[in-house]
Amino acid sequence: MGDTTRSPRDRHARAGLAFTLPFMALFAAVFVAPLLYALYLSLFRERLVGGREFVGLEHYVEGLQDEAFLGGVGRVALFVAVQVPVMLGLALVLALVLDSGRVRFARLFRVGIFVPYAVPTVIAALMWGFLYGRDFGPIADVANRLGVPAPNLLGADTLLWSIANVTTWTFTGFNMIVLLTALRGIAPEVYEAAALDGAGAVRTALHVKLPLLRPALLLCTVFSVIGAFQLFAEPRIFFTMAPQVIGKDFTPNLYVFNLAFSDHRLNYAAALSFLLGAVVFVVSFVVMHLSRRPATRG
Amino acid sequence: MSAHPARGRVPLTLLMLVVLAYFALPLLWLLIASTKSLAELFSTFGLWFGEFRLLDNVEETFSTDDGVYWLWLRNTLLYSLVSAVGAALLAALAGYGFAQYEFRGKRVLFWCVLGSVMVPATALAIPTYLMFSRLGLTNTPLAVILPSLVSPFGIYLMRIYAEATVPPELIEAARLDGAGEWRIFRTIAFRLLVPGFVTILLFTFVATWNNYFLPLVMLSEPHWYPLTLGLAHWNAMATAGGGATAAFNIVICGALISILPLIVAFVLLQRHWYRPRGA
Repeated sequence: MGDTTRSPRDRHARAGLAFTLPFMALFAAVFVAPLLYALYLSLFRERLVGGREFVGLEHYVEGLQDEAFLGGVGRVALFVAVQVPVMLGLALVLALVLDSGRVRFARLFRVGIFVPYAVPTVIAALMWGFLYGRDFGPIADVANRLGVPAPNLLGADTLLWSIANVTTWTFTGFNMIVLLTALRGIAPEVYEAAALDGAGAVRTALHVKLPLLRPALLLCTVFSVIGAFQLFAEPRIFFTMAPQVIGKDFTPNLYVFNLAFSDHRLNYAAALSFLLGAVVFVVSFVVMHLSRRPATRG
Repeated sequence: MSAHPARGRVPLTLLMLVVLAYFALPLLWLLIASTKSLAELFSTFGLWFGEFRLLDNVEETFSTDDGVYWLWLRNTLLYSLVSAVGAALLAALAGYGFAQYEFRGKRVLFWCVLGSVMVPATALAIPTYLMFSRLGLTNTPLAVILPSLVSPFGIYLMRIYAEATVPPELIEAARLDGAGEWRIFRTIAFRLLVPGFVTILLFTFVATWNNYFLPLVMLSEPHWYPLTLGLAHWNAMATAGGGATAAFNIVICGALISILPLIVAFVLLQRHWYRPRGA
């Protein structure tokens, strides 16, 4: 090989590139290339006769006026505003309680709450769909026995929150484990100092642990927000049970999917997915910016 | 330890039991429902047993549609295993490369990979589908496996891990002994990277096992479906069919069988996803 005649620095750089090359090549093939292709598609229109026509930003302008798309974005934004704080609040309380050492059977609780994360979202949605259902769902069973009308959990007013429940059920445990792991990384001296100051378990949790959890909470928030804006599997599964409520545009991702693969409006769908990407980017940025603001404390 | 470890234990433990019930009851329902015949599914109370027909349901699950459930199980295992091993290997190589070497464009490449997390799945799925269909890759295992091999999170984790665990002096010493870069990675560095490698392996395995969107876009022939897609397919058929063809019992039993392997693995591999303080 020619390596021996080259300088060590040169050899060094070539080795670094060689190690990253297999990954970068695949990244270029299944990430960069499709992304550029989608960008290209979004700027064109397919005509029945005469092939592709350049339309510039026309699809983006259409998307910004498309009520089905905007309605879906509004719906997932509402979902994010309610479900993410509820889920992370629950995960935070559970992590602090389990970390306090004041609960028996902590291991059982930790594993039991985390286990739903092993259930694929599709299966979780199928299962909760049966639980919500009026045919053989236990919720309807209990309501019937109590002599009250069974709640319609798959109706127009309730379905979004029924989906929020599925997401909360599946991912609370995962977030709890992330927070517990972060708590584990806190040095014991910090607790000893708090104990010397006479802080009880609740005060230690609120004034010592909570501020130290900020980075982990931020990570959980950003990932939950990105995930929620891309909501797809749950509404797609619930479509079979509540087709009128879900329709084809309940969430932006579902709408984009239906446009691309049922209506064959690939170019428009590509533009909408970039608009959705922009929304996700802006919201993630805002979340990170807000959390970076120093806490006002005396 | 706090001064009064016992104070407040009972009420807190009771409260946690209520919380645990929320997370456990749906799975308990699935377990109970799997033991019932289709008729009893509708006629008996959901959270208690009827006539015990679990084995009949299991047999029906594995024999319906000429035993297609076996294929779904095999496909899921195939996609998850190959993606997990491949993604972890690629991440180990690239993470080590980013951590140990200086080369032009390193920062830009690394940030491009990290930024890719923000891109919605649909934005990629549509053009990837078009490209793969032109290459004749749709309706093949590769259509699911190739995109699953790219784990930006894995690269990030592996770089941090390699920076923390592989001492540069050790690499330098091996170089002075005349070992080539590849040999150093294979015989010295990789061994130090194994815990990070396992973490990415488990993460990618779970992510691919649970994936729905990518296979939904890429696969249209049921014999290549993974379990998630297959069960959603059976559920849609059962809902549309109604009456005697509404085979909800195999959807429920199939769902139970599909989640058991991961649940068992999570419980057995506890120490790999959580180490209590001081361990």
